[in-house]
Amino acid sequence: MSPVSAYSPAAMPATGAPLVRAENLGKEFEAGASGLLSRHRLTVKAVSAVSLDIHSGETLGLVGESGSGKSTLGRLLLKLIEPTSGRVIFDGRDLAALSRKELRALRRQMQLVFQDPYASLNPRMRVRSIVGEGIEIHRLARGAEKERRIAELLELVGLDAGAMNRYPHEFSGGQRQRIGIARALAVNPRFLVLDEPVSALDVSIQAQIINLLQDLQERLRLTYLFIAHDLRVVEHISQRVAIMYLGKIVELASRDEIYSNPRHPYTRALLSAIPSVNPQARAERIKLPGEVPSPVDPPKGCAFHPRCPYAKDICRKVEPALETGHGGHAVACHVFPPD
Amino acid sequence: MSAAAPRTDIRLEAPPPERQASLGAKLRREWRLASWPVRLSTLCLAVFYILALGSPVIAPYNPTRQYRSLPDCPPMALHLAAPSEWRRGFFYAYPMRMTDAVRRTYAEERGVRTWVHLFSRGHIFTTAPGAPPYFLLGSDALGRDLFSRIVYGSRVSMFIGILGVAITFSLGITIGALSGYVGGLLDNLIMRWSEIEMSLPSFYFLLALAAIIPSGMSTVKTFFMIVAIMSFIGWAGFARVIRGMTASVRSVPYVEAARALGASRWRILRRHVIPSVMGYAIVAATLSIPGFILGESALSLLGLGIQEPAASWGNLLAQAEDVHALAHYPWILLPGVFIFLAVMSFNFLGDHLRDRLDPSHLR
Repeated sequence: MSPVSAYSPAAMPATGAPLVRAENLGKEFEAGASGLLSRHRLTVKAVSAVSLDIHSGETLGLVGESGSGKSTLGRLLLKLIEPTSGRVIFDGRDLAALSRKELRALRRQMQLVFQDPYASLNPRMRVRSIVGEGIEIHRLARGAEKERRIAELLELVGLDAGAMNRYPHEFSGGQRQRIGIARALAVNPRFLVLDEPVSALDVSIQAQIINLLQDLQERLRLTYLFIAHDLRVVEHISQRVAIMYLGKIVELASRDEIYSNPRHPYTRALLSAIPSVNPQARAERIKLPGEVPSPVDPPKGCAFHPRCPYAKDICRKVEPALETGHGGHAVACHVFPPD
Repeated sequence: MSAAAPRTDIRLEAPPPERQASLGAKLRREWRLASWPVRLSTLCLAVFYILALGSPVIAPYNPTRQYRSLPDCPPMALHLAAPSEWRRGFFYAYPMRMTDAVRRTYAEERGVRTWVHLFSRGHIFTTAPGAPPYFLLGSDALGRDLFSRIVYGSRVSMFIGILGVAITFSLGITIGALSGYVGGLLDNLIMRWSEIEMSLPSFYFLLALAAIIPSGMSTVKTFFMIVAIMSFIGWAGFARVIRGMTASVRSVPYVEAARALGASRWRILRRHVIPSVMGYAIVAATLSIPGFILGESALSLLGLGIQEPAASWGNLLAQAEDVHALAHYPWILLPGVFIFLAVMSFNFLGDHLRDRLDPSHLR
């Protein structure tokens, strides 16, 4: 890494305190008026009352179907969108309490990697400017030093330094994703939200990018929130996994717990959807009936009950709280409470 | 998922030498890519701007000089002198003599020659001070050289478009980008204001505003007033399109990435938003230049624009309003041909630019 002291990660916080903490975080979007002149507004609860901790150096996998609010949650943690309720504490500082200038300075420490490697790079800018943008904004280096730093970053993500003079359209999807990662790393962040970073890539390239991300995490002591829409992708990289359904976390546990001892019926269904390598060992596939309900009008009680094969009366009336049991395994389910 | 085999796409071959073609090579390439109407348009506009910039040299006479004995004189033929006479001049014309003072008919005086000197006395071509004048495109009702007046008039028409577009363009881009990017109340205010402005019938509005211009104002001041008025009317539509494009760029991931990096709004506007709407803006600007030219012509035609004795293509054309004059002295319609050519050229060029700057054509 660069010898410039500004680049070395800031002193680690006292262990124990989470790097990122969400408290009761919620986001409602207006879905437009129901009629042209109606004053009645519809709101979509993209994320409702989510609390979670992300510890320094770990990878938290966040899994959910599209529309479950996982990307919104990721952006709320980075304060790229304003929460309608709750707050985010980053490294002991409440993001809502920061001035605009302080927030901009803090952005150096938390970055985002996007799903779409095409739309996330400005087609009119050379790689040099794309990767160098953060360096310029935070005045981390200038002139030759900046050039050297950009070349370093490109090599760090497995690209040739010659890529600097090229435009994004000259690269493949996987290479573009590497450029996007280099851009995020340019400001030497501590926390990265990886918003489905491999979903748009070929399977063979997915593994490369995941390996790269793991390698970078070790070398740069990064903390990840890895968002994915299936459990298979996060299995190798996450220490803990959170499962989201309709804006809520329904299960949160260590990776081994989630994969070996899933509690929530939704988690079980997701796990059963992973194709097994061994055709003999194939577990029975749990098929969920119906579609994800509309977040404009979520079901009463447990949001999952209309599709749940185990639903009981209480599930239709009372919303289950996320309760933590033995070994930090948290589940929000009436039928399968935590151990 | 097992570790994938090493792929070849990670390592890039050595970067190609910088493709920084020289400006000349780029222009030659553009010329090759252009169709013949576009080439003609470019040439046409080049000639017009040369006329405008070099008016005092190109115009053979003072545009306000009245040759009282030669009103409504037709264009004169130019004759090539015999080689033996070349020390006196290469070209000559036969002076015109009025044969009917009422109907203003002319006949050439075959016995006399007026020599047309090239590159003399600071003009590209002119006649000796005392000699009868040579009217390339005829003269107007006051005996002023129409060609000289068209040349001087091109200054107004060619620069009103550029200046007007420069103002509309900067206003529209700034206001539109701001409105689209900041959004919220500011966006609402700006857009409602632009709607009010757009709902006014623009030509009547133009007339009303032009009528305010005091009649005693100098030509230069009038010129700037007209530009200001037309820009004031024209920015709204432009700003609205820029606003829409900006609002759509705002949610693009690369803009979000810039926000995540801590870029200020101003930086995002400058680095990401404005460059992405620039292609459209350039095309729209080129295509709106004819509007300014025509607007000025219309005002001048109605006597609200550039005032006599100063010349503009619009007020020169005003003389062609009279059917009688038009029937007998058709050359006074020539300024209209110049307006037509300029407008068509800008339209062809704008169309061509739209094709060239279309993102799907980007390399």
